[in-house]
Amino acid sequence: MTITLNGEPFTADRALTIADLLARLEINGARVAVERNFAIVKRDRYATTEISDGDQIEIVNFVGGGYA
Amino acid sequence: MSDRFVIANREFTSRLIIGTGKYPTNQVMAAAHEASGAEMVTVAVRRVNLTDRSKESLLDYIDPKRYFILPNTAACYTAEDAVRTARLGREVGLSHWVKLEVIGDEKTLFPDNEALLEATRVLVKEGFVVLPYTNDDPVMCRKLEDAGAAAVMPLGAPIGSGLGIQNPNNIRIIKAQARVPVIVDAGVGTASDATFAMELGADAVLMNTAIALADDPVSMARAMKLGVEAGRLAFLAGRIPRKAHASASSPIEGTIAAAAHARA
Repeated sequence: MTITLNGEPFTADRALTIADLLARLEINGARVAVERNFAIVKRDRYATTEISDGDQIEIVNFVGGGYA
Repeated sequence: MSDRFVIANREFTSRLIIGTGKYPTNQVMAAAHEASGAEMVTVAVRRVNLTDRSKESLLDYIDPKRYFILPNTAACYTAEDAVRTARLGREVGLSHWVKLEVIGDEKTLFPDNEALLEATRVLVKEGFVVLPYTNDDPVMCRKLEDAGAAAVMPLGAPIGSGLGIQNPNNIRIIKAQARVPVIVDAGVGTASDATFAMELGADAVLMNTAIALADDPVSMARAMKLGVEAGRLAFLAGRIPRKAHASASSPIEGTIAAAAHARA
C-alpha cells in the first residue's frame, strides 16, 4: 500500500489505522492534527480510521512563526 | 483604574501579543516571552518533520496553561488554504482562535483582502474566533467586523519591515469606528513604534520580528512590554493639544529678571 504522507510517497506493508501510523512514526498524537484526503480526522477516531491505498495524509503540528 | 482588554469575552492583562518565529533558539524565545509579559502567543501550523524526529517540539517551550495559543495561517495564499490550515490548527486542540492571514503578494506580504473576507465568513460560521491580519484600510476593517471578526488587525507597515506605523491617521480612524478591538499587527521596529501605536488608540500590538531578530531579544521583549504600557497610559491620560508656538510652564509673576527690567 502506498500513500502520500505530508507530500511524500510512503509505503506500508500492511493495513494501518491513523493510530498505527502515528505509533510507527513515533509521533505524540496529542500534539498534532491529522487530515485524511483533505478532511480532518478527529483524535478519537485515530484508532478506527483505516488508511487506504492512495490516501493523502497530512500530519501537522505547531512550529515557531508569527507571519507569512 | 480598570482598563480591560477583552476579545471574544476573554480578558487579557497584557496588550502585547507576540510571535514564536525567527528566535536564535527556543530557550531565548521562552525567555523573551517571559520578559514581554505577553499572555497570548501566535504559532504557525506546519507539517510534522518526518525525516528528523529528534527535532524539539515548540510546545516544549510554551506552556499552554500560561500562554494562550493563537494558531495562525501564515504563508496561506488562498482562502481555501487558510480555512484548511485554521481547521488543522483548531484540531491540535489548544485553541479555536485563529490569526487569519491570506497573503496576496510575495514581495510585500500584503493581504489579499477579498480572500481574507471570504475566509473570515467561512471560519466565523464554523465557530472560530477570527482575528484577521489586514491592510490599514478603515473600509476593509469595517467589512471584516461586519463579517464577524472578533478583532481587526491592521498592519502598521509590511511584515518584518520594522518601518513603524506608516499611516497613523488610518489607524486612528479604524479605532474610532471599530466596535471590536483593534490590534496593530506587523511593522513595529522598536519600542517607540509600539508606544506610538498604543497612543493612537490601538487596543493591542502584535509583533514577532522586532523582538526575535533584535541583538538581544530578551531585552527587546521587555522594552516592548514597557513601550506598550507607556503608550496605553499616555492614550488614557490624554495628551495636550499640539500648538505652533511656545507656552511657558512657569509663572510669569515674581521673576527677578522682571524686577531688574522695571528698575532699568
